[in-house]
Amino acid sequence: MTAVLQARGLGKRYGKRWALSDCTLDVPAGHVVGLVGPNGAGKTTLLNLAAGQLAPTAGSIEVLGGRPGSSAAQLAKVGFVAQDTPTYAGLTVAEHLRLGARLNPGWDAGLARGRIERLGLDPRQKAGKLSGGQRAQLALTLAIAKRPGLLILDEPIAALDPLARREFMQGLLEAAVEQELSVVLSSHLVSDLERACDHLIVLVESRVRVTGEVEELLATHHRLTGPRRDLDRLPADQQIVSASHTDRQSTLIIRTGAPVHDPAWTVSQVGLEDLVLAYMNSAAATDHRPLLEVQR
Amino acid sequence: MIEFHLDERSGLSPYVQLVRQVRQALRLGVLREGDQLPTVKEVVALLAINPNTVLKAYRELEHEGLVAARPGVGTFVTATLAGTSLAAHGPLRQDLRRWLAKARKAGLDDDSIEALFMTTFRTSTREEDIA
Amino acid sequence: MIWLTWRQFRIPGVAVFAGLAVFAVILAFTGPALAHDYATGIAACTNESGGCDEFLRRFFRDYQNTFLAFAALVLLLPPLIGLFWGAPLIARELETGTHRLVWNQTVTRTRWLTVKLGLVGLAAMIAAALGSLAVTWWSSTIDQNAGRDQFARLSSVVFDARGIVPIGYAAFAFALGMTVGMLIRRTLPAMAVTLAAFAVIQIAMPTLVRPYLLPPTRATVEITPAILDGISLGAGRFIHLQAKAPDPGGWLLDSHTVDASGNAVEEIPLTASSGPCAPSGEPRESMAKCLVEINRLGYRQQLTYHAPTRFWPFQWIETAIYFALALGLTGFSFWWTRRRLS
Repeated sequence: MTAVLQARGLGKRYGKRWALSDCTLDVPAGHVVGLVGPNGAGKTTLLNLAAGQLAPTAGSIEVLGGRPGSSAAQLAKVGFVAQDTPTYAGLTVAEHLRLGARLNPGWDAGLARGRIERLGLDPRQKAGKLSGGQRAQLALTLAIAKRPGLLILDEPIAALDPLARREFMQGLLEAAVEQELSVVLSSHLVSDLERACDHLIVLVESRVRVTGEVEELLATHHRLTGPRRDLDRLPADQQIVSASHTDRQSTLIIRTGAPVHDPAWTVSQVGLEDLVLAYMNSAAATDHRPLLEVQR
Repeated sequence: MIEFHLDERSGLSPYVQLVRQVRQALRLGVLREGDQLPTVKEVVALLAINPNTVLKAYRELEHEGLVAARPGVGTFVTATLAGTSLAAHGPLRQDLRRWLAKARKAGLDDDSIEALFMTTFRTSTREEDIA
Repeated sequence: MIWLTWRQFRIPGVAVFAGLAVFAVILAFTGPALAHDYATGIAACTNESGGCDEFLRRFFRDYQNTFLAFAALVLLLPPLIGLFWGAPLIARELETGTHRLVWNQTVTRTRWLTVKLGLVGLAAMIAAALGSLAVTWWSSTIDQNAGRDQFARLSSVVFDARGIVPIGYAAFAFALGMTVGMLIRRTLPAMAVTLAAFAVIQIAMPTLVRPYLLPPTRATVEITPAILDGISLGAGRFIHLQAKAPDPGGWLLDSHTVDASGNAVEEIPLTASSGPCAPSGEPRESMAKCLVEINRLGYRQQLTYHAPTRFWPFQWIETAIYFALALGLTGFSFWWTRRRLS
């Protein structure tokens, strides 16, 4: 499968601070990829780099075979909905569609109009007067109707009420099926992404902590609970993601390809949210963890 | 046409829930041979789930021989799980209702009824397995 | 991109051009009246004794306020353009986040900026040209016959509002506003900084730069009524001369009285209470007698000035300077937008 996004040692620095460091990714096409991490982790930076809005300070990034933002043709391949779904407050919905039509040779006017009608948006309404959910849908329409190969969305539903969230995700995923799009969307809440994503990237404190197919991640991560013990006596192929102890009990989240045989441990499944939290906590405890890559 | 739903707290992964719902519909006769399953796009637009999840569920049903995909047209039911037992559903349902009425009159609450049913069901299944 | 630029520029653009249109109408109504007044007045006073001095003085006094007001409007046009057309051009997009939307369309940043800058910049220069043309036409009668130096075409207030320099000012103000907006990323602070910077430059230009655009004429001349603006009494109660440029409409940069040996003096040791410079009888004869005496004593006036023929050369040079500044800012903005802006 071709990679829709490839990054090698990608980094971005603002002044002295590295917003993103040493990021190496291979995101396969045809997936809905979730980028999750706490606020300030570097999600917006990574997505902006992929959309060609920023230039890297270090390393390289390739999207759909080209360098982001390098040419008009490359810009046409990627649809981007930035944080807070910006729109021109003074322009009407219809004028936004006109903007899309004028500035994008690949614009699909029928698709755009159909979407607006189905959403029930009034074409003569100014974008500044729309509700948050409607604005998000307008921004999504603009990104979809230029017929990109990849859609990138930066926390698109963060500010929306539950109904608007559901409607936005329904529209997004339906379009992904219809146009055969790859999607990368970010959120600081795992629950937003759980249903929709089949590939996950966890970003904490400017570094990628783990990345892989959701199924694979859920199958290879386990929670071990048992009597308190030393951790250096665990088998080598079991990587400890996070560990917590009381005076009597140890609870570990581990990652391993093989089944756990030690009878002293009670093995249970880890939900996606707990898995991500484990990586976030472990990142808080130790600073430079090596990248954990899913090997197939 | 069947309409899917997802129970977030059931602990079952979404694709398993979809497969189960199709099997359940087949058993109850809601889905019959030749019926078309909702398209991937329709399911995704309703549930806001990942398209690959739906594809995986449909592939599993196909693997079990319950449905078949016709490229460009859709996915159709090829077998049924109801069988002859569908005819027996009516009288069985009536019997169940009578039994439930009796249990309630005897003073059992909902949890007790459920516990009673589940344990009896499990023991009888085990006895059948052994037999 | 052209459509989008127009759509964003609609309101401030129409506002300025509508204002110009109103202004043009006012000028069109009052201009012929002014010319007519002047023509009839001149015709009347040429036949009278005493010449036209009195009429001219009265004429200029009558029209002075309007004259200055119209000049002020042309002076205000470039900063208005800089503030309302230039500063929001990029700053507004950065402020509202719409740059993330428009830079994701199938248009490179270079093309985006080229169209925005090109169209609005062109509109700015056209607006300034129209304003300047209209006011130059209206003021032509006064300009050509300006007997008083404060209305001379080379003088600061008038020069800035005539000919082609307003086009240069507008182009520069626009480029300045756009660049400041791009760097500061917020519209209101950018407007404030643009105004301040533009004001500083507009004050510095006529005081520090314009006098030296071309070498001034230096001459030591006899003291005659042609070069005298007036005589006053200095601190020591002696005569102090105030000079003006020899040709009407010229621009005096510097002047001092020098004595016979060439030394500069503040005052001439003649009093107004007695002697040749004491007033007696007719003012003109009195003045002539005083001047004869001053010249006999060997006093001359050393003048540094620009002749009125310098008007157009200065216009061209100054406009070129402002265009160069505007181009420099524009080039910087392109570089910044492509490389550094995020």
